[in-house]
Amino acid sequence: MVHVNPDLIWVIVVMGIVTYIPRMLPLVLLHTNNLHPRIQGILKNVPFAILGALIFPGVLNINPDSYLYGIIGAAAAFIAAWLNLNVILVVLSSILVLYGYTFF
Amino acid sequence: MLPSTALFRNQTQMPWKKGIQAGLPIAIGYMPIAFTFGLLAKSAGLTLFETVGMSMIVFAGASQYIALSMIAAASGAVELILTTFIMNIRHLLMSASLNERAEDDPKWLKGIYAFFITDETFSVAATSGKKINGGYLLGLGLIAYSSWVVFSGIGFLMGAGLPAALQASMGIALYAMFIALLVPAAKKSRKVIVLAGTAAILNSLFSFVPSLNGGWGIILSTSISAVTIEFFMRGDGTRES
Repeated sequence: MVHVNPDLIWVIVVMGIVTYIPRMLPLVLLHTNNLHPRIQGILKNVPFAILGALIFPGVLNINPDSYLYGIIGAAAAFIAAWLNLNVILVVLSSILVLYGYTFF
Repeated sequence: MLPSTALFRNQTQMPWKKGIQAGLPIAIGYMPIAFTFGLLAKSAGLTLFETVGMSMIVFAGASQYIALSMIAAASGAVELILTTFIMNIRHLLMSASLNERAEDDPKWLKGIYAFFITDETFSVAATSGKKINGGYLLGLGLIAYSSWVVFSGIGFLMGAGLPAALQASMGIALYAMFIALLVPAAKKSRKVIVLAGTAAILNSLFSFVPSLNGGWGIILSTSISAVTIEFFMRGDGTRES
């Protein structure tokens, strides 16, 4: 077992190192200009693809008891974003909508 | 406020201030998650030092939660470290993608702001415009990081959950942020809709495959979508297969 004291803090340090390495390597080592244009195109696609993967299916599971809860929150966010509200207002309005919904 | 004043303000604002502003939704979204992490860490037997230390040193939500359950289950250190590594390999993809948009900052500066890459900071930075400045990334990273670290500590010290209604409704925060980042881009480009839609469908399917849990689902669905859509829809989405 991981002994809580003092071993655990060293385990945490190593966890930090193995988490930092993938974050750092491409930024520090890759030279963008040498990459094939097709690869550059793929890398530029990543943010939009990952947003899709981050939203689904996670948003459906924010309340383990009902999918509906996540769907209502996501719909509120979608409408607010569609109306061009800025990000912080989108976040706050979806929290408010769900907060109200919990009392129904 | 007059539109011209707003425009002027935006133009003169320092990049790190813009970063802090852009990071506020992340800071809000991290609050309940960090708070709960602190709470669970205490019940898993960690000290305050270890709890805040893990948030300061690792700064990766999902893997910190998994670590807690593994510590509670008395898993070995090697297993714990390996799981953390696998959970966070997906940052490779984000770091490489960010590098496409990052300004030519010195390597040491890139090495510093690389530490702050998470699903959330990456999403905000990568959808923020053409070139990304190091100061902006530091501002963005630090506000998100501060929220994560501070609320981990507060959760540990409070030792009681947030009111149920608040905890439940705040769980939508990060998803709402992701939606708010995606919708404006999707309005402008069909390619964005196809990219996000494909990855969303794939990741939903992968969620039924137990061996793809723990980060692999996101890596696979993102990669498959980014690669295949690039093959069918090159450029900005105005041209198509």
